[in-house]
Amino acid sequence: MSANPAAAMQTSRAPGVAFILKKALISALVALVLFSLMIGVRTEAGSDGQLTYWTRFGDLAMMVATVFGGSIVVELLRQWWGPVGTVRIVPPQVTSALSLAGRLVAPVLLIFTFLVPVIFYNERYILDLGILVLTYVMLGWGLNVVVGLAGLLDLGYVAFYAVGAYSYALLAQSGIPYPHVSMVPPFVHVDFLQLGPWAFWVLLPVSGILAAFWGVLLGFPVLRLRGDYLAIVTLAFGEIIRLVLLNWQSVTGGPNGVSGIPRPTMFGIPLSPGDDGLAFKLGIEFSPTHRIVFLFYLILALALLTNWVTIRLRRLPIGRAWEALREDEVACRALGINTTTTKLTAFATGAMFGGLAGAFFATRQGFISPESFTFHESALVLAIVVLGGMGSQLGVALAALAMIGGFELFRGLDQYRMLVFGMAMVLLMIWRPRGLIGHRAPTVFLERNQAISSDLVKEGHG
Amino acid sequence: MDYFAQQLINGLVLGSIYGLIAIGYTMVYGIVGMINFAHGDIFMIGGFIALITFLILVSFGLTAIPLILLVVLLVSMAITALYGWTVERIAYRPLRHSFRLAPMLSAIGMSFVLTNYSQVAQGARVKPVPPIITGGYTLHEGAGGFVVQLSNIQIIVVITTVVLLALFTWLVSSTRLGRDMRACEQDQTMASLLGVDVDRTISMTFVIGAALAAVAGMMYLLYYGLVDFFMGFVAGIKAFTAAVLGGIGSLPGAMLGGLLIGLIETLWSAYFSVEYKDVAAFSILIVVLIFLPTGLLGRPEVEKV
Repeated sequence: MSANPAAAMQTSRAPGVAFILKKALISALVALVLFSLMIGVRTEAGSDGQLTYWTRFGDLAMMVATVFGGSIVVELLRQWWGPVGTVRIVPPQVTSALSLAGRLVAPVLLIFTFLVPVIFYNERYILDLGILVLTYVMLGWGLNVVVGLAGLLDLGYVAFYAVGAYSYALLAQSGIPYPHVSMVPPFVHVDFLQLGPWAFWVLLPVSGILAAFWGVLLGFPVLRLRGDYLAIVTLAFGEIIRLVLLNWQSVTGGPNGVSGIPRPTMFGIPLSPGDDGLAFKLGIEFSPTHRIVFLFYLILALALLTNWVTIRLRRLPIGRAWEALREDEVACRALGINTTTTKLTAFATGAMFGGLAGAFFATRQGFISPESFTFHESALVLAIVVLGGMGSQLGVALAALAMIGGFELFRGLDQYRMLVFGMAMVLLMIWRPRGLIGHRAPTVFLERNQAISSDLVKEGHG
Repeated sequence: MDYFAQQLINGLVLGSIYGLIAIGYTMVYGIVGMINFAHGDIFMIGGFIALITFLILVSFGLTAIPLILLVVLLVSMAITALYGWTVERIAYRPLRHSFRLAPMLSAIGMSFVLTNYSQVAQGARVKPVPPIITGGYTLHEGAGGFVVQLSNIQIIVVITTVVLLALFTWLVSSTRLGRDMRACEQDQTMASLLGVDVDRTISMTFVIGAALAAVAGMMYLLYYGLVDFFMGFVAGIKAFTAAVLGGIGSLPGAMLGGLLIGLIETLWSAYFSVEYKDVAAFSILIVVLIFLPTGLLGRPEVEKV
C-alpha cells in the first residue's frame, strides 16, 4: 500500500510512549472488569450442594498484569511491522529460492512420511501420533472437496465420520444383513452374512457408500441455502446425528458406545500372534508394532487415495463445476451448470472420504462412542482446511501437521488445550485469514501457468 | 388439558429466555451480516456473573430479595456487555472487510475461548443455587389432582422480557443510536458518509446484544437454578434457530421465534421424548430453512452476481 514503508513507520511511531502506555492502561482496565468476578472469585458446590466461594485476587492481579504487558508488546510489534497492508519488497533471488523450496516440500514430505515407520519403528508414541495426523490429513482433504473446492461451508463434517465409524463397527459385529425367503412364516427372514477376517476390507467401501448416501441426504435440503445459513444447518445436522447416536441405545449402545470392533487384517491375514497370524506365516517374531505400522500405511494409503481422487476430479468437468460454483453460484447457473448435481456430488464425495476415515478410526480404536464425534472435531477439521488455505492439498497436510502437532505439545496442559486452540483460531484468522498457503495454481489457465493470489477469489459463498 | 396448559406456561417462559438471546443474534446479523457464534457463550458468562454477584451479596448479609435481584441484574448486564464489546473488538473488528468465512471461524474460535475460559476459571462442575424466588399461584385444580401452577419466577421472567422488549423497541425506533443502527443495516458506506460512526454503532450493537443475553442468563439461573460452562452452546444454537425462524434481522421475529421454539421444545418433551428434544429443535431449524428461508417475518434476500 505505502510506497515507502520507512516513512509509514515513522508516522505510526509518532504517538510514542505515552500513546502505548495509555492503550495498555485501557486494556488493563477492561481486563480488570472482565476478570474481576470470573477469575477473582471462584465458586464451587460443596459436598452438601451448598455453593461456596473464595477469592483469588493474586490470579486476578497476574492476569491484569499479563494483559497490560501483552498489549504493550503487541503495540510495539505493530509499530515495528508497520501499518496493515505494508508491502515488503522481497529480492527476486529469495523469491525463486522460496518457490523452489515450495516445489520440493511435497515430495520431501511424502518420502519422509513413507519412512516414518522405518525410522521410528521403536517409538510407539510417534507412530500413534503419525496415524492421528494422517487421519486428520485425510479428513482435511475430504472436507476440502466440500469447502475448498465447492465453497460449501460445512460445519457438520464429523457426522459423516461418525456414520462411517458406526457403519463399520455395527456391521462388523452383526454381519451384513440380507433377506432370504423360506416356507416358514413370516416367509422373509433376515440373515447375517459373517465376514470373518475380511470384515474391514468388505465394510470399508460400504462405510464410504453409506456416508456418501448421508451426504446426499444432507445435500438435498440445503441446496437452496447459502453461506452462513448453510453452515448452521450442517452444524444442526451434525448435532442431530450425534444426539441420535447418543440416545438410540438399543442400536448404538448410547453413551457406552460400541466396543470390541474387529481389528483390520492384511487382506484376510490377521496381525495376531496366533498360528494363522502374519508374523507366523512370514516366519518372524510377533510384535504388536506390526499392527501399528500396518495401520500407519493403511491410513497413508487412504489419505493418498483421497488426494489422488481429488486431484483427478479437479480436472474433470465436475471438478471445474465445483470451482465455478465456489466463485459464483448465480453465474454458474446462468452458464447452464446444474448446481443441484454439482452440490450433491461435492457433498457425497466429501462425505465418502469422511466415512472411509471413520471406518479406519473405528478399526484403529476398537472402541467408539458419540463423544468422539462432537462439534469440536468438525471445527478442528474445518480449521485445518481454512488454515491450509482452502483448496491447497499441500496446505491442508501442513496445517493438519501443525494443528495436531500443536495439540500434542499442549497435552500436558489438558484443560488449557481448547482455550489455546480457540485463541489460535482467532489469531490466525486475524493474521492470515487466507490460510498459510495463500497462493494456488489455477486449474485452468491460458498459455502460461501463473499463480493467482487467493485474495482475488471468493470462497465459501455456497 | 390441564397438563397442556401447564406445558404452555412452561414453554412460554422458556421461549422468553430464548427470545432474549435471539435478539442478540438477529441484531448482529442484521448489521454486520455474520453469525455471532460466541453469543451463546456470552449468555453463559452472563449466567455465571449473575451467580457470583448473587453469592457475594448474600454472603455480605443482604436479605432484601428485590434489592439483590436489581443489583445482580445491573452488575451482570454491565460486565457481560463489556464481554460483548471485547469480543467484537478483538475477534470481529479486524476482520470486518476480510473474506466471508473469516469472521465465522473467528467467532467459532471465540466461542471455544469463552467456554473453556469459564471452565478453567470456575471449574467444570454444575453450579446449583437454591431457589431464590419461591411461591406462586394455583390457576386451576383439575379433577385428577393435577394442578396448573404459575410460579412467581415465571411471572418475573415474562414481565422482564416484555419490559426489555418494549424498551428495546423504543431504543431502535426512536433514539439516535437506533437510527444509526438501522442506517448501518441498510448501507454502512452511505451511513458513514452521512456522519454515522459505524464502528461505534456496531460496538453498541454487540454491547446491547450482550446485555440482553446477560438478562437471559440471569433468568435462566433463577428459573432452572443452575449454570454450567457448557450451557451456552446448545442454548445458542436454539436461540439462533429462533432468530432464523422469526426471520433474521427482524426484532419482533426473534421474539416470536423464541416463543415458538420454547413451546415446541416443551411440548415435544412433554408428549414425545425428553431425550430427543434437541433433535426436534434442530430439525425445525432445517425444516424452516428449507421451506421458509426468510423466516416468518423476514424479508427475502435479493441475489446478485
